[in-house]
Amino acid sequence: MRNIKVLGSGCAKCQATVALIDDVAAQMDVEIKVHKVENPEEIMAYGVMSTPAVIVANKLVHKGSVPSRELVESWLKVFNL
Amino acid sequence: MLQIFTYFADWLVYDLLGLAPSTKLADALHFFIEDSSKIFALLFVVIYVIALLRASLNVEAVRDYLAGKNRFLGYLLGSIFGAITPFCSCSSIPVFLGFTSAGIPLGITMAFLITSPLVNEVAVLLLISLLGWQFTLVYIAVGMLVGMTAGLFLDQINAQRWLQSFAAKALQQGHQQTFHAIENELDTSPKMRFNERHQFAKQETIDIFKRVWKWVFIGVGLGAALHGFVPDNWIESNLGDGQWWSVPAAVLLGIPLYSNATGVIPVMESLILKGLPIGTTLAFCMSTVAASFPEFILLKQVMQWRLLATVFIILLVSFTVVGWLLNIFSSFFFIN
Repeated sequence: MRNIKVLGSGCAKCQATVALIDDVAAQMDVEIKVHKVENPEEIMAYGVMSTPAVIVANKLVHKGSVPSRELVESWLKVFNL
Repeated sequence: MLQIFTYFADWLVYDLLGLAPSTKLADALHFFIEDSSKIFALLFVVIYVIALLRASLNVEAVRDYLAGKNRFLGYLLGSIFGAITPFCSCSSIPVFLGFTSAGIPLGITMAFLITSPLVNEVAVLLLISLLGWQFTLVYIAVGMLVGMTAGLFLDQINAQRWLQSFAAKALQQGHQQTFHAIENELDTSPKMRFNERHQFAKQETIDIFKRVWKWVFIGVGLGAALHGFVPDNWIESNLGDGQWWSVPAAVLLGIPLYSNATGVIPVMESLILKGLPIGTTLAFCMSTVAASFPEFILLKQVMQWRLLATVFIILLVSFTVVGWLLNIFSSFFFIN
């Protein structure tokens, strides 16, 4: 399953990140599942300190801000291969 | 150089709108226009420049630097980094846990977290432009001192025993517990090309603007209302002597009110110009910023009630004492 995890405790930026990823995925016609990790204990277990953070296929690809659309597209392009 | 905003406000209020100077409405409107235009222009330029410089500083680097430092140096550094490190307040908890799981003592983490909302580049630049550099230095010193003292006190009473159990455990284990093994693809090298810096700075500027523009209008609006509609004598004659009870009252009043540091500074300016003593004003404004219910609700996730209450009381007492001291000292020399 193409998993993307978004780490963040539910603030506006974190929600915007989830929405953006869903939006880009729909636009690119890529099927993905976005998991929201909101529990602080779990976020700590990933060793992440700046949220929102994005993990794609077990790799930390972004942290500290809402990613740009281009960046999200680059992640999803991999799934299209 | 900043007179340009005065001229702009003059033109808009007196020429374009034709209002008579020194009427309450004209006064308030002039204050509003001058201050908000000045603030937005300054925000734009200064945030960008400072962000360029700060692009390679991140909380992970701060954590690695603070871990294992000597206690007393730690409080000072924690506070300094809190003042200069950018992070979104929704990251407070991840930052708290990140520091804690690296074994950084609770007091140092709290020095960081307390100073952070009080002292940031936006607050500093506003203070310099509205109230001058002497007052700004006082503000920064107070913000850092409160953070450091709170941290020191918390460690002295072993407040870490009042952390939620998972956080307490993380502190004891003292190193990064990554149960979920993930690869970190992000470039952690401190060298950054200019374009990367520019991108970061641009994004920071946009982000901060989006976050604070409402506060600027609200803060300046309140300041303007105060400026235009509260008679010059009223504050001076009722509270101008810095009566001892006015400081704790100001601190208590600040608790239910919440504002970003940005929004509260124009209000501070107005209060001071109206003759409210420096100590009372500072106590009120810092209480408004630091004693915020949203932040405390977040902290509940990692702290037990007792710790939350302790932090809360420490802050209130600190601001009251600072208020009293500043009121006493400002009568010895003229600040601002």
